[in-house]
Amino acid sequence: MKELSLNILDIAENSVKAGATLTEISVLEENDTITLVIKDNGSGMTDEVLKSVTNPFYTTRTTRKVGMGLPLLKLEAEMTGGSLTVESRHISDYPNNHGTVVTAVFYKNHIDCTPIGDVVSSMTTLIQGHPDIDFLFLHKMENKKVLLDTRELRNALEGVPLNTYEVIKWIEEFLNEQYII
Amino acid sequence: MKSLAELKAIKEKMKDKVVLREGSAQIRIVVGMATCGIAAGARPVLNALVEAVNEGGLSDKATVTQTGCIGLCQYEPIVEVFEADKEKVTYVKMDAEKAKRVVEEHIKGGKIVSEYTIGASK
Repeated sequence: MKELSLNILDIAENSVKAGATLTEISVLEENDTITLVIKDNGSGMTDEVLKSVTNPFYTTRTTRKVGMGLPLLKLEAEMTGGSLTVESRHISDYPNNHGTVVTAVFYKNHIDCTPIGDVVSSMTTLIQGHPDIDFLFLHKMENKKVLLDTRELRNALEGVPLNTYEVIKWIEEFLNEQYII
Repeated sequence: MKSLAELKAIKEKMKDKVVLREGSAQIRIVVGMATCGIAAGARPVLNALVEAVNEGGLSDKATVTQTGCIGLCQYEPIVEVFEADKEKVTYVKMDAEKAKRVVEEHIKGGKIVSEYTIGASK
């Protein structure tokens, strides 16, 4: 992927497919690392699936949806000296507390570190495609933070879909403003 | 500064408007947004389609939605156009500029941009 923001878009789609109602996306920049965390309350994965999610050649039919997304993110993180971890609690074992957390650490001074890119565009794309589920986005930088919680917007909109064009444009400007300030 | 009050204003404005739900429009434009599509550049294609449809006043006529892998990864970014009683049109190797042209000529004008279709690409 040319930008980490594209990995975010891709991995968050897994959360959507796992039936998450809330997906929390954090980009945390501290010192020389970028930590990307994608946490959802979806169905989670069994230990068997979890063991093979980062193997691109694990392609049995039942799990083929996992595909190349996580292996790619793992490769990109490891190329910088970083790492990828995936923790998951499957709904069958944790009926009230299931979900998945994907954590990728990148060393941003490494020459192979992918630029973060246009995260705003990834967030608006996610919301455009999945207006009925919620996203909590946090990008923490050294001296500022950018925050978006679609639950707040949903409350204010009282039934108007989040992917209404005017709303998507508002979200785009709302996020861009926070980056500029 | 953007405020939630502005969202309330959008809400008030939309209140009287019949909101189209997914699939209820005459034309459905679908963009492949799996890993293959995203890596090939589907995000700007999707955004260009959403913008062109809405800015062009076509939102009552067409909706733009996302889907997973269409199964032709080497042709990504792929855009499919579904219209009632017509054959599906598959556009391949798309970019934002091509997407704008498809909205202008196909969605608005009713004429398929045949040079971007999978038939022309083979």
